[in-house]
Amino acid sequence: MKEPLIRFTNVNFIYAKTHGEEGQAALKDVNLEVFEGEFVAVLGHNGSGKSTLAKHVNALLTPTSGQVTVAGFDTSDQDSVWEIRQKVGMVFQNPDNQLVATTVEEDVAFGPENLGVPSAEIRRRVNASLEAVDMLSYSLHSPHQLSGGQKQRVAIAGVISMLPKCIVLDEPTAMLDPDGRREVMKTIHRLNKEEGITVLHITHHMDEVIGADRVIVMDEGRIVLEGTPREVFSQVDLLRSLHLDVPQVTDLAERLRNRGYSIPKGTLTVNEMVMLLCPSD
Amino acid sequence: MRMFRSVTIGQHIPGDSVIHRLDPRTKILSAMFLIVLLFVVKGFVGYGLVALGLALVIRASRIPWKFVIRGLRPLMVILVLTLTLHLFMTEGRVIFQVWFLKVTWEGLIRGLMMGTRLVLLILGTSMLTLTTSPMQLTDGIETLLKPGKKIGIPAHELAMMMTIALRFIPTLLEETEKIMKAQMARGADFQSGGIMQRARSLIPLLVPLFVNAFRRADDLAIAMEARGYRGGEGRTKLKELKFQRLDAVALGLVITFSVLVGAFF
Repeated sequence: MKEPLIRFTNVNFIYAKTHGEEGQAALKDVNLEVFEGEFVAVLGHNGSGKSTLAKHVNALLTPTSGQVTVAGFDTSDQDSVWEIRQKVGMVFQNPDNQLVATTVEEDVAFGPENLGVPSAEIRRRVNASLEAVDMLSYSLHSPHQLSGGQKQRVAIAGVISMLPKCIVLDEPTAMLDPDGRREVMKTIHRLNKEEGITVLHITHHMDEVIGADRVIVMDEGRIVLEGTPREVFSQVDLLRSLHLDVPQVTDLAERLRNRGYSIPKGTLTVNEMVMLLCPSD
Repeated sequence: MRMFRSVTIGQHIPGDSVIHRLDPRTKILSAMFLIVLLFVVKGFVGYGLVALGLALVIRASRIPWKFVIRGLRPLMVILVLTLTLHLFMTEGRVIFQVWFLKVTWEGLIRGLMMGTRLVLLILGTSMLTLTTSPMQLTDGIETLLKPGKKIGIPAHELAMMMTIALRFIPTLLEETEKIMKAQMARGADFQSGGIMQRARSLIPLLVPLFVNAFRRADDLAIAMEARGYRGGEGRTKLKELKFQRLDAVALGLVITFSVLVGAFF
């Protein structure tokens, strides 16, 4: 069997105590493997530990106990931190607070500049990355002239210009309007399919989970459910008890089944539903 | 309330003239020579020559005169003040006298000299900012300060701070506007009252602005770290500064001009 790109082994993480309060355990005994080329979605409501999980992947946080390895490097090992950050790029929630430079192209160049890549190669990577997120024509714009979705795509370009094996996206669509969300999701899926970049997508939007290869559901620092979107969304009651919604179509399927229609569990897309309701086609 | 929409940072006017194409370091050094020169020169002939040189540079930059002159507008108050103070406060041969106010020849001449000096100073330095983008300016300052690292001048850090400031000025202005509107919607009044009252009415604006700015700073620091930032050591640049023959010629001309004018006038 292939060696996983990211491996969490019995990871516990406790946030440092503040103002005399007890330190809060944000991750409890997490075991997780992510393989190269996978698209993994992490679901959970606020405070479920999903962001903490994300920050462990590129060593912004290191486990209180247990071990996280990325491409064979241990994140707790100070010497391999830069190696890991080059392999795992991270996109954050607020599109404004992660762009550093005054023009789009300079911002995309920021990562490779930090790595000490020669100028000509930086130029090549900047253009390729902007092309990949469909923002090349904006390369001389300043970030505040862009929409939220465009800013987030620039942030993604800034990450892929470092040629990472994996991108971790920490609720990248939480602050965007529906158009922006759609743009960003399309970009992420394309990067995963065409460039083979491993994606760890953290979200609380159910609709964004449907296209994933695998879904991980977190609650109170633990992984409570793991499987394909179909498997996960067939557990409607469990999801509801975790204060998570299910996609609209799945919800409809559930209601219809309760009324005695024979609709299988875990129906996800509108097309599937149409085929089930009007099989004559 | 679109008060902040028109704000542009710096006053850079993009172009492709000889002056625009010069390396920012050449332009920064030239501006410094100009400043020193203006304090060395002690006569109208000298100022005349400097003005002539400057006029040639402005011409070569192909920036409309109107933009260059506009840069002087905020300075009008200081100019008038300088002139009047010198006019009335200098002892010497009296031209005419109204009650206790004496206007002297010496005052007139010194006032005019100071005024000319200020005008040339502003024109010269605005040639720098008009033809150089803030980004280039920052890069130029960084490379010029680099030798100072040995005596503890944090060249890269200063440049990084300038870049981030430039990046976030529009963002923070937008935010200020948003908070202002929100507070006005709840009945805050920013326009009436005396100075003290107006200052006090700014508190509900400044507090959220600062709190947000600190949170942004925190987020940005994490994002920069995640993108492999670890200071200036071993960093490369997308656009390396190149000191070309054009720069050598320009800098040579500026130095020769400054030394000659400074020595003889």
